[in-house]
Amino acid sequence: MITFEGVTKRYAGGTVAVADLDLEVPNGEITVFVGPSGCGKTTSLRMINRMIDPTEGRILLNGVDVATVDPPTLRRGIGYVIQQAGLFPHRKIVDNVATVPHLLRWDKRKARERAMELLELVGLDPGLAGRYPFQLSGGQQQRVGVARALAADPPVLLMDEPFSAVDPIVRTSLQDELLRLQSELRKTIVFVTHDIDEAIKLGDRIAVFKVGGHLAQVAGPATLLADPADDFVREFLGRDRGIRRLSLVTAGEVRLRDDNLIAERTDVVEARDRDAPWLLVLDKDSRPRGWARTSELPAAGTMAEAALTPYHGFGRDDSLRGALDAAVLSVTGLAVALDGDGRAVGTVSREDLLGGLHG
Amino acid sequence: MAEEPLIRWDWIGRNADRIGGLLVDNVVMGLAPVAIGLVVALPVGLACARWRRLYQPTVGIINVIYSLPSLAVFVLLLNVFILATMPIVVVPLTFYALAVLIPAVVDGLGSVPDPVRQAATAMGFRPLRRLIQVELPIAVPVVIAGLRVATVSSISLVSVGALVGKGGLGHLFIDGWQRQFPTPIIVGIVLIVALAVLADGVLILAQRLLTPWARARRTA
Repeated sequence: MITFEGVTKRYAGGTVAVADLDLEVPNGEITVFVGPSGCGKTTSLRMINRMIDPTEGRILLNGVDVATVDPPTLRRGIGYVIQQAGLFPHRKIVDNVATVPHLLRWDKRKARERAMELLELVGLDPGLAGRYPFQLSGGQQQRVGVARALAADPPVLLMDEPFSAVDPIVRTSLQDELLRLQSELRKTIVFVTHDIDEAIKLGDRIAVFKVGGHLAQVAGPATLLADPADDFVREFLGRDRGIRRLSLVTAGEVRLRDDNLIAERTDVVEARDRDAPWLLVLDKDSRPRGWARTSELPAAGTMAEAALTPYHGFGRDDSLRGALDAAVLSVTGLAVALDGDGRAVGTVSREDLLGGLHG
Repeated sequence: MAEEPLIRWDWIGRNADRIGGLLVDNVVMGLAPVAIGLVVALPVGLACARWRRLYQPTVGIINVIYSLPSLAVFVLLLNVFILATMPIVVVPLTFYALAVLIPAVVDGLGSVPDPVRQAATAMGFRPLRRLIQVELPIAVPVVIAGLRVATVSSISLVSVGALVGKGGLGHLFIDGWQRQFPTPIIVGIVLIVALAVLADGVLILAQRLLTPWARARRTA
């Protein structure tokens, strides 16, 4: 646990970067510091590993005041990932990753083995180990930066806008990778960003800073979106915070109806009796084939002969946003819930999806 | 009067020993200032990089010395050292080398990207180790670029010392000029250029070996 106790950072000339910050960063979670530039989020991060020392107050790392620890010793126990990776251009990738093990005087072979292991962990081809940083893409360099920070297996990881310099597609994959890593490693991560979407995607807890170094709100992403503490937070979250909330709720819990599912061998006469404007026609394996409009069914025969309209499905692990997307895309206004094998489980309308939010 | 040929090969043969001696003198007097200059420029450059306020005054003083006409300095030093010995040339050339090398060291350290320096600190490097293992190695390409300029100009400036009695291959120029005899002049020019090109080549090779990581990047 990292605890900020009444921490203030004032620069000569009177600028206050951080003002009387009280904050707890729980172990094993990702806590995101987010806010506009000049809000003190990076300064707060850097006070944890004493890159910057506070003017007032103290910071405890698992109960120990960091001011009492020799800075280089402290830093070797805290992973640090910087914007633009900050790799050492004159060292090969494997040596970059093994930086902290070298500083800790690990056995050379052990350090090397650990570095190779980490390259794989962060999803890099071990064949890159002998290259120099300039031979790697920005996204690859950033992965090396994460591997380097993890090399000595520190319990705490500080990440200072680590993904802001790469293009959006690479950024998304780096974020996914971080979440995957974190589900295995359970590090205590402090992640600084100015991007609220990134904060919501990654944060177990989000600390919103406002200009002048004041903490505006600390909350989980769902609470933050549903219940912003003040106008600043509301504005910072943006106008589509309602839609964003949908991303945080999984679609597994929505109530489905299944009285509009119909096997293709069913006779149209029987189908016409169903009380539904649209029927989802299933093949013999219960996989959906498409929607049939009840009022336009052929006069006789089975459902296999009905004209079909494409359907849009979502999985149980998708977010409510994904389910709503499927419902909006379909002319029927209905999204089809699918199980892991692609079988239709039921359907849900956009009204029901949105209604569930406030239930 | 018979046309004097541009080069008399037999003269070269007869004077091989003397030319060899002047060549060695030229190498020593040309390289010593660069070597001494590098040894001095490293700490001075480090100090200037750390305390930026020192940099402008230091460069200012060095540049004033650099602007003094070399011949005047040689003559002045003739009075100090009395005899025409190597220091009469090596001392002023050392200042010339410094004028190039101190900014090269400062610029070299300045070429270390800020994120790299910060990352090193955040990984737990202490300042001295960071300097030796991170900052100086990254400064090498820029320092070597400075060394190349300093070395080539130092080797060719040695010849001016011939006017005060100690100038390596420069003596061949005076010799040839006084006797209206082109052979020594041409031999001197060829050897000085060859020396400079050789020294430059050695430095380029050294840079390739020392900084394989810098091949695809800028050089200065």
